[in-house]
Amino acid sequence: MSTSLNSDSIATDNAVKPGKRSLTFGTILFWLAVVAIVIFCLAPILWQVLTSFKVNEDIAAIPNIYFPTRITFDHYIELFTRRPFGRYILNSGFVSITSTLVCLAIGTPASYALARSRPRGSNLIRLGILFVTLFPSILLLQGLLEIVQVFNLGNNYLALIIPYTAMNLPLTILVMGSFFAQLPQDLEDAARVDGFSTWQMLVQILTPLTLPALVTTGILTFIAAWNEFIFALTFITDDTMKTIPVASAQIGGSSVFEVPYGPIAAATVIGTIPLVILVLLFQKQIVQGLTSGAVKG
Amino acid sequence: MAPAIVVLLVVFAYPIARSFWLGFFAQNLGTELQPVFIGLNNYVRILGDQHFWQTFWITLRFTVLSVALELILGLGIALVLNRAFQGRGAVRTIAILPWALPTALIALGWTWIFNDQYGIANDILLRLGLIETGINWLGEPFTATVALIVADVWKTTPFISILLLAGLQSIPQDLYEAYAIEGASPWQSFWQITLPLLIPQIVIAVLFRFAQAFGIFDLMQVMTGGGPGGATEVVALYIYANAMRYLDFGYASALIVVTFVLLVAVIALCSFIISRLRKQTV
Repeated sequence: MSTSLNSDSIATDNAVKPGKRSLTFGTILFWLAVVAIVIFCLAPILWQVLTSFKVNEDIAAIPNIYFPTRITFDHYIELFTRRPFGRYILNSGFVSITSTLVCLAIGTPASYALARSRPRGSNLIRLGILFVTLFPSILLLQGLLEIVQVFNLGNNYLALIIPYTAMNLPLTILVMGSFFAQLPQDLEDAARVDGFSTWQMLVQILTPLTLPALVTTGILTFIAAWNEFIFALTFITDDTMKTIPVASAQIGGSSVFEVPYGPIAAATVIGTIPLVILVLLFQKQIVQGLTSGAVKG
Repeated sequence: MAPAIVVLLVVFAYPIARSFWLGFFAQNLGTELQPVFIGLNNYVRILGDQHFWQTFWITLRFTVLSVALELILGLGIALVLNRAFQGRGAVRTIAILPWALPTALIALGWTWIFNDQYGIANDILLRLGLIETGINWLGEPFTATVALIVADVWKTTPFISILLLAGLQSIPQDLYEAYAIEGASPWQSFWQITLPLLIPQIVIAVLFRFAQAFGIFDLMQVMTGGGPGGATEVVALYIYANAMRYLDFGYASALIVVTFVLLVAVIALCSFIISRLRKQTV
């Protein structure tokens, strides 16, 4: 279970080969299941994409018009001209990237210390870390709000970056720790003979070797930070400082009866594009990170 | 090591410890937001707080139904993705996509799908002749719950199928072959090999999902705001309202403590089951 890092090589060896390529009842059923999975996962996203390109008359047509009669970019243009959506993207990007970097910067040495030097009670620390990954944010909100108020961090990105870093540290420590544990001790002994300090060794020798693990945990951290809602909703009230999920959820019309469906759909598309790209590029790493992060428990 | 521990203590340990402490105080508008020691009064109040217990049962119902559906669907998807077929890589990528997207944005998407006037959910059901008039999905307690569960299942089933797929891949193929030689049908080998060997992964997946679903906030906040008439108000929304709207910090702290203790109990139970299972398999 601990070697899930090579899961894909196992996958190909282990996968059940379907029998003959004839159209038996079983294979038809199997392909129907595949098609159902694809539709199930994509249809809701596609519906948002289609809605975002429809003119208002098409959006409010009864019965529904599935494919736009003419394509419009008005909803996207509105987001960037009448609302500061360019700014929101920058906000989300800045907070997510900073959290990811800080998390890797302080999580990597911690995971190394835990994997190698085995300080007393390291098992206890590991248990605590696991426990923390199961925490719902709502239980921390009020205590964090006090800290934010005492240090006057309201409408300061630190109020998001610090919790996002903390929320992703457990995963970083677990995934990075399992990578460090796999590296041969000889490598470090040799480096020590050559006069490297622990810190130099970590930065110059081990980190390049663990680049794949850094990418894996970094992507998971970025996704979690980009998606976070309740802290971003509570600690940031300045309209120009909001992140994409909060800003999108707060899009309102000029009156209660006039919900701007088009811009909302466009906002959800914009907010999901970076994540869709990440999933397309790093599918393998995401799966590895999730399985090794969870299974270590 | 040190910075990591400091950050974890500040973000996790302090807020929880603070809630335990503040749970013994009244700190609300009535006390002009000054803490006044009241012993266990907050906890006595929780015992008799119908509203809290209502949100508790709503949360539990949502959690159990969502996680059960996700487990069944997730297992099905994992079994399909475990077979070799053309285009498996692409289908796998598609199958993790919902997990990666922000819940708040997903919630906006599903709100639109379940819109009572222009929603595609009603349109499809009308075209299929399953309903005669459009359903006011988010306006009725039962259908609003259904809509929330659908949205949650869509978003988090991928998480379960990823974990179960990893579990499936760790089952040695020889086992199936040996079993097939003895004349077992695929159905039998599923019940006698696949499922028993997958139980550790299932327990882990359920544990993670249970904790997440029990503390869910953003989905309800965006899709229903807890409505109609409080029918989808989950514990997280109730805690949020007490802390942020009524500024009843003492009582909110006690609610946090109770939720925390209940969660810890469930986690401990699951960990116990996992450790027992590990001993059995070794």
